[in-house]
Amino acid sequence: MTTLSPDRKRLDAGTLKRGGALAAVVAAAIALALLQSGSALVVWQSVVTGILTGGLYGLIAMGLTLIFGVLDIVNFAHGALLAVAMFLAFGVVQATGLHPYLALVVTVPVLFLIGAAVHRGLLSGSGGGSLENQLLITLGLSLLLENGLLLFFGAEPRSIGLPGEIQIPLFGAVVAGSRLYAFAGALLLGALLYWLLRRTRLGTAIRAVAANGPGAELVGINVRRLHTLTFAIGTACAGAAAVLAAPLISITPTLGAQFNITAFVVVVLGGMGNVVGALVGGLLIGLVEQLTTIFLNGQSSLLGVFVVFVLVLFLRPQGLFGRRA
Amino acid sequence: MTATIERPAEKPVKAPPLRPQHRQLAVLAVLVLLAIPLPLVLPPALGAVAVRILIFLLMAVGWNIMSGFGGMFSFGHAAYFGLGAYTSAYLLTEHGVSPWIGMVAGMGVAAAVAVVIGYFSFRYRLQGAYFALATFAFAEALRLIATSSDFVNRAVGFQVPLIQGESLWQLQFAADSPAYFWVALVLAGLAVAVSIVFLHSRAGKYVTAIRDDELAAASLGTPVMRHKLLTVALSAAITAVAGAYYTQYYLFVNPDLAFGASVSIQAIVPVVIGGIGTVWGPVVGSVIMGSLSDVTATLLRTPPEFLSFLQGRSGLDVVLYAILLIFIVRLLPKGIVGTLKERWRR
Repeated sequence: MTTLSPDRKRLDAGTLKRGGALAAVVAAAIALALLQSGSALVVWQSVVTGILTGGLYGLIAMGLTLIFGVLDIVNFAHGALLAVAMFLAFGVVQATGLHPYLALVVTVPVLFLIGAAVHRGLLSGSGGGSLENQLLITLGLSLLLENGLLLFFGAEPRSIGLPGEIQIPLFGAVVAGSRLYAFAGALLLGALLYWLLRRTRLGTAIRAVAANGPGAELVGINVRRLHTLTFAIGTACAGAAAVLAAPLISITPTLGAQFNITAFVVVVLGGMGNVVGALVGGLLIGLVEQLTTIFLNGQSSLLGVFVVFVLVLFLRPQGLFGRRA
Repeated sequence: MTATIERPAEKPVKAPPLRPQHRQLAVLAVLVLLAIPLPLVLPPALGAVAVRILIFLLMAVGWNIMSGFGGMFSFGHAAYFGLGAYTSAYLLTEHGVSPWIGMVAGMGVAAAVAVVIGYFSFRYRLQGAYFALATFAFAEALRLIATSSDFVNRAVGFQVPLIQGESLWQLQFAADSPAYFWVALVLAGLAVAVSIVFLHSRAGKYVTAIRDDELAAASLGTPVMRHKLLTVALSAAITAVAGAYYTQYYLFVNPDLAFGASVSIQAIVPVVIGGIGTVWGPVVGSVIMGSLSDVTATLLRTPPEFLSFLQGRSGLDVVLYAILLIFIVRLLPKGIVGTLKERWRR
C-alpha cells in the first residue's frame, strides 16, 4: 500500500492508462463547464485558479501523506499544526517586519521540533499503539491546539499581506502573485521530498521502514528514531506550507479544520503515502472545487470534493496511483 | 480491530444467581430511581447541566454500540444526530407533527441512511482509518447539503415554534420544568437498557465475535453483513433520538449544530473517557464530560484573580476535554470503567 514516491519503473502501463482516463475525464468536465457557463473566460479563470489552488492543497497534503505512509497514522492534528505555523509566521512578521516568506526560517525548524516532540511524547510507546488510539490522540491534539490558539489570540481573523503583491495576467485570466509563488513552492517542496526519499540514505531508510518495519530493524535501522524523524519532517512540511499559504487566506485558529478535510481527500486520492500522488491529487481537487462552483451554482464547492472522495474511497481506496495491497 | 474490552468471564462459574444482563439492568433501574428526584433538589442551573449530560449519554450510548461493541470506528455520528434533529424539526415546523412522531421518524431515517452507508463501506471493505474517514466525509457532506438547501432553510436551520402552556405530546414545558429532565432520563435509561439487552442477545454475541475476529466468525457461518448492518442501524437510531431531543430542548437547530464535526467528537469523547465497549463507560464518561463543561463555563464567566485574562474568552472547555482525552488514551487506554474492571478481575 505504501508507495512513498513512485519509482520510475512504476510508471507502467496501468498508471499511464489511468492517467489517460483521468485526463479524459478532466477534459470532458472542462468541456461541460464550457457548455454550462457559456463563457470561455470564466472557465479558463476557474481552471487556472483551480490548478494553482490545487498546488497549495498538494503542498499541505504532502506532509500528511508522508506521515501516513511511514507511520500509518491518520494525523488529524495536521491542520491545527498548520494553523500554529501560520500564527507563528504572523508573529514573526509583526515583530520583525521581515518579508513574509522569510518566516520560513522560523516556522520550518520550530514545526520540526514540535513534530518530534509530539511523536516522542504522545504517539510512540505504549498507549499510542492501536489505530483508534492514535486517531484519538491526534484528534485531542488538534482540539487542544485550535482552542489554545482561540483562547490566546481570540477568533478575529488576521492576515499577512505580501508587500509588492501583483496581479499576473495569464492569457486573459488573472492570478495573484502569491498564488503563483505558492504553486511554485509546492512544486519545489514536492521535488525536494522526492529527492530526499529517493536519492539520500535517510530516504532509503525511511522507505525501508515504511515497506517492512521489522526487517529494517533487523538490518540495524533505529525504527523508533526514524518514525520520530519522519513525523517531524511531515510536520515541518506543514510549517513550509503555512508560510506559502498565509498571504492567500485569513488566519483564524480554526482554519485547520477546512484544510484537514481537503488534505485527507487529496491524500486518499493520490494514494496514502505517495508524495507525488499528493501533488497530483491536490491539482485535481483544486480543479474539482472550481468546476463544482460552475456546475452547482450556490452550492458549497466542497460538495464536489466529497463526491470525488467517496467515489475514490469505494472504488480505488489505494488511490489513483497506488497499488492494491 | 483488536478492541477487545468485554471478555467473557474465564473463571468457572457456579450457577450464578443472576445473569449479567439482569444484574446490569437492575443496576440501571437503581440509577434511574436515584436520578428521578435530582431536578427537585438541584438548583435550576445545574438542572440544565443534568439534561445536557443525558443528551451526551444518548449520543455516547449510540456511538458505543457501533464503535465499541461492533468495533467499527465511526467518526461521523453527527450524520445520525443531525438526521434525527432535522427530521423531527422539519416535521414539526412544516407539518405540525408531534416531536414524538418526529423522533421515531428521525430514528427511521437515520437507521436507513446508516444501513446504506454501512452497506457500501462494508461491501468495499473499508477498514480502520479508511472507514473513519468515510464516515467523517458523509457527515460533512450532509452538513454542506443542509447548508445549501432551501428545503431546510440553509444555514438558518429550524426554530421550534413555541406553544401556549405545557404539553407532553408537544414535548414543551416551562423553561425550568423538571419534566425536561424526566423525559430525557426515560430516553437515556431506555437507550442504556437497549444496549445491555443487545450486548447479551444472540445478535450482540455475533457482533462482538465479528469485532474480535471477522474472518473466524465468517468461517463459522456468522452472517457478517447482516449483523454489522443491524448494529449500525441500532446505533444510528439511538443517536437520532439525541438529535431530536436536543432540538426540542434548545428550541432550534442549524447545520453546524446538527452535522458539525464537533458533534461527532461529543459522541466519541465520553465513551473514550468512560471505556469503549463497556456498558457503563458511556454513563461515567457523560457525567464527567457534562460536569466538566459546567465547571469551565463557570470558570470563564467568573474567573479567579490569576486567571482573569480568561474572562469572556472561549475555547477553555474544549482545551480541557482535549487534555483529558489525551491523558486517558495515553494512561488508561481502556477508559475508566474498562481499567477498573481489569483491576477488579485480577
